[in-house]
Amino acid sequence: MSKIHVTTTVNGEPAEFLCEPQESMLDVLRDTLKLTGSKEGCGSGDCGACSITLDGRLVCSCLMLGVEAEGHSIGTIEGVARGDELHPIQRKFLEHAALQCGFCTPGLIVAVKALLEKNPNPTETEARFWIAGNLCRCTGYDKILRAIMDAAAELRGEVAA
Amino acid sequence: MPRLSYAAPTSVPDAIKLLAGAAGLAKVMSGGTDLLVQLRSGRTSPELIVDTKKIPGIVGIRETESGFVIGAATSGAEIGEHAGLCAAYPGIVEATNLIGSTQVQGRASLAGNLCNASPAADSVPAVIASRGVAIVVGPNGQRSVPVEQIVTAPGRTSLAKGEFILEFHLPKPKAHQSDAYLRFIPRTEMDIAVVGCGVSVTLDDNGVCIDARVVLGAVAPTQVVVEAGAKALIGSKLDEAALAALDAAARAACNPINDKRGTIDFRVKVAGVMARRTAAIAFERAGAR
Ligand SMILES: Cc1cc2nc3c(=O)[nH]c(=O)nc-3n(C[C@H](O)[C@H](O)[C@H](O)COP(=O)(O)OP(=O)(O)OC[C@H]3O[C@@H](n4cnc5c(N)ncnc54)[C@H](O)[C@@H]3O)c2cc1C
Ligand code: FES
Ligand code: FES
Repeated sequence: MSKIHVTTTVNGEPAEFLCEPQESMLDVLRDTLKLTGSKEGCGSGDCGACSITLDGRLVCSCLMLGVEAEGHSIGTIEGVARGDELHPIQRKFLEHAALQCGFCTPGLIVAVKALLEKNPNPTETEARFWIAGNLCRCTGYDKILRAIMDAAAELRGEVAA
Repeated sequence: MPRLSYAAPTSVPDAIKLLAGAAGLAKVMSGGTDLLVQLRSGRTSPELIVDTKKIPGIVGIRETESGFVIGAATSGAEIGEHAGLCAAYPGIVEATNLIGSTQVQGRASLAGNLCNASPAADSVPAVIASRGVAIVVGPNGQRSVPVEQIVTAPGRTSLAKGEFILEFHLPKPKAHQSDAYLRFIPRTEMDIAVVGCGVSVTLDDNGVCIDARVVLGAVAPTQVVVEAGAKALIGSKLDEAALAALDAAARAACNPINDKRGTIDFRVKVAGVMARRTAAIAFERAGAR
């Protein structure tokens, strides 16, 4: 099969890759670009483990073709921390023990970052609806919600870091 | 499996040429939230995917003299962020924003929701209730099609080979006109409608209904325009007699299936209840405009 050449931006850096027409963005990220933070839980849009941003918009990378990245900007979990310094959302997930196996965590953190960029002061209900497409089989969600609300407060400058 | 190719044409004529010229199955793609799931599961194996999103105007919303133009591939997220559309057509916006998760909203479009032709598609009853018109383009030019004439059966549409939807037109709402959409699902998020109901009403200055459309989803092979339901509302201020007549009309319009989400009896009963509740919201909104 003839592969398609794609020029895009990943986490702010120019990126190029070759992919088959039917290959998902998730497969391109994991297998070609070796960015394995995004996970495949279902491959059908239900679990959110593959969450990325496309031009700043939260999407499932399993429901996007790799070729669609052409000319667009992709954001993944690998772009969330600054070097060794964790993003406050990541830090709060650790502090609140908002993960057990961690499979859902990259997708959740990408989703929560998109939420707080759009709505820095969400209610708990708004946060719950926002992450309705991020399934977690381990935590029961409560600690995730604590981490989100705490991270939001810190990012608003309401709580000393 | 046939070899798949992908094209992202940058003009309507190029897209038509690709779709009409394909020897095998060619599929239009907007957000891909139905198409890519079906591709992965083997339910569809096209030889060509034509991604429309690079066609100018197919993504985005324009407010014109005569109303709104919503590009066929505009995402639910963008629709929910458009203040003018939210004010004019709150029912269409709430219906569209019920589709899937935040992630799905980032991609899911009206054209995809319609042309996937699921009886349970959430945006469709709402768009039909507000007399949405699809602008269809194809090898024989352009035609305007009322949205209720697009879906012909589950998974089937009236679009011919080479045709696709470019945009949707909604008329400028009249004074005291508004709409609403409700669906019943067994939980609060991420599920498929057991019953969906879209209602649009126009009231006079005294709050009497002078125009109405009632549309049900998920209770028949295609969306159902409940003419008798509209008749029940017109001339009323939504008193109990009108509600009871609406309820009966909605139940009579159902031709549902039994499945794990609801039995036939349950869907029929819920259709009546949904129609009552949706009409009440539409009346309240129309009165406030
Ligand atoms: C996790 C998940 C949850 C979902 N939840 C819901 C829900 O709650 N309610 C609901 O109604 N749906 C739901 N869906 C289904 C889906 O998201 C919607 O139907 C969505 O609106 C499809 O739009 P799309 O742009 O992604 O369509 P695509 O996948 O791009 O296309 C769908 C179909 O329409 C055709 N098509 C697309 N664009 C055009 C066009 N311009 N002209 C002609 N044909 C076209 C395609 O060829 C294809 O057959 C869900 C899907 C997922 C994955
Ligand atoms: S892997 Fe994409 S949503 Fe589950
Ligand atoms: S921590 Fe295991 S799935 Fe969420």
